[in-house]
Amino acid sequence: MTTDALKTATKHLVVILIGLAMTYPLAWMLVSAVRDEPDIFTTPGLWPVGDDLANFVEGWDSAGLPFSRYLVNSSLIALGAIVGNLVSCSMAAYAFARLRFRGRRVFFGIMLLTIMLPIHVVIVPQYVIFSQLGWVNTFWPLIVPKLLATDAFFVFLMVQFIRGIPRELDEAARIDGAGFFRIYAQILLPLMRPALVTTTIFTFIWTWNDFFTQLIYLTDPAMFSTSVALRSLVDSTSASSWGPLFAMSVVSLVPVFVVFLVGQKYIVQGIATTGGK
Amino acid sequence: MSALGELRTLRRQGAHKGSQALSEAARKEERAAYLFLVPWLAGLVLITAGPMVASLYVSLTDYNLLQPPEFLGLANYLQMLDDERLLNSLGVTFVYVFVSVPLQLAAALGIAVVLNRGMRGLAFYRSVYYLPSLLGGSVAVAVLWRRLFGADGLVNQGLALLGVHDAPAWVADPDTALGTLVVLNVWTFGAPMVIFLAGLRQVPVSLYEAAAVDGAGRWARFARITLPLITPIIFFNVVLQIIHAFQAFTQAFIVSGGTGGPSDSTMFFTLYLYQTGFGNFQMGYASAMAWVLLVIVAAFTAINFWASRFWVFYDD
Repeated sequence: MTTDALKTATKHLVVILIGLAMTYPLAWMLVSAVRDEPDIFTTPGLWPVGDDLANFVEGWDSAGLPFSRYLVNSSLIALGAIVGNLVSCSMAAYAFARLRFRGRRVFFGIMLLTIMLPIHVVIVPQYVIFSQLGWVNTFWPLIVPKLLATDAFFVFLMVQFIRGIPRELDEAARIDGAGFFRIYAQILLPLMRPALVTTTIFTFIWTWNDFFTQLIYLTDPAMFSTSVALRSLVDSTSASSWGPLFAMSVVSLVPVFVVFLVGQKYIVQGIATTGGK
Repeated sequence: MSALGELRTLRRQGAHKGSQALSEAARKEERAAYLFLVPWLAGLVLITAGPMVASLYVSLTDYNLLQPPEFLGLANYLQMLDDERLLNSLGVTFVYVFVSVPLQLAAALGIAVVLNRGMRGLAFYRSVYYLPSLLGGSVAVAVLWRRLFGADGLVNQGLALLGVHDAPAWVADPDTALGTLVVLNVWTFGAPMVIFLAGLRQVPVSLYEAAAVDGAGRWARFARITLPLITPIIFFNVVLQIIHAFQAFTQAFIVSGGTGGPSDSTMFFTLYLYQTGFGNFQMGYASAMAWVLLVIVAAFTAINFWASRFWVFYDD
């Protein structure tokens, strides 16, 4: 073996070992979820001992309502957020990237600044407004802000993307008599597909993982999202029955994991070009 | 170019061209632009700027949601100076930010450099390392952490196998609980790593070749070529991760069962803010805290921008 080959092999070995160490906790959670109760905390290894689904069956109904209810709730919130972000952010991005108007630089600067704004600064008045509207324990407080393009990160991502599309396409369409809306809807939107897919994926994951705003707005168990339901499960779990809690934790991560597997390419491109979370 | 780069450019472009009379076509374009911006402008006014102004006002009042706000002036802000739990929560947050972010970024850069050198299976490794970033903010992983670092958790079982039997109960011990949250944040180094990888790919290979011809060793090449050329990426990651870390909430909330315990050792500023506002309904005080948080985050971002001129290298 040459020293180069040895070096490469060592490097791979190190990278693999670190990778294993990093994913070990996740694997352990997965295996613990299918283990019999007393074994969870006596075996750091990864072989399942109970290998049945008792924890899932028990966990499914232990948060009050069937867990499927919370999965549906989270899915509805995510769906609303995705539609909102796709429509509102792409509209704003088109204006910022392609149209000339007075105040563009100022507004663009403000838009960039809002990416970094902590939500805490607006949460109290927002809560007051939404509770006046009778929207506490509905999904609207979680969806309406998305319809109004407040996830400025995605506006920026789409602006970046549109800038990469040749302007000649717009101009050719203009000469053919297309108005601004047609250029947006029929020329740019189809070409923006990768940016729209990235937006969809990140909106889904961030909405699914979100806890802070859902904790504030969803207090009625029937409206709980998966995150909030899981938290209520933590509170009601005694130290001895972690199996069902782990099982439901695993269930709550499955959608994110699937989206990750399917959308890896877009996720990596998305953060690489704009620097997401 | 990143959002931060854009802000730099906007600032540099400086003064505005004087506005001239608009042609018919330009007026039409402007009208179209504002139509496309209607949702965003509405969001800016109703969801962001309006509530910001309102929250500034609420921060000067005593307000419990039920009775109308009662004006207090700066009393909430002054009260903070004597609020020991609040001062403690600031300390906890600072420790969390300034310990976990450097460690996280060092890990991200280190692994990115190792992965960058034309390594086979890069895409696979990148995904594996990125996975914790994707899941790390979830309630489920925080639940997992609570068990990993419990008295009889996985970590202590592992230590027991190594013969260590007097390990602390990590999450239940005021001396170590915050440390477990730091570890959790470092564990999610995948996101900045992906950004580093993208930046490293921009470094021209010809520079390394030239340096190799001149006899530069591995370390010299890293220190003299790689590092200076990716300083803008490092800067970007530092700014972003600091902003994120100041706002961390979920992990502390779940790991401590919402209490910030044991002994307030995991009481992040955001968690105290939540308890104040949505536990005790002291909305005025919570709003004042939110503004303090904003000022702190803005101040550190500004310091970062100011300091960047001494170490960030832009070739444009």
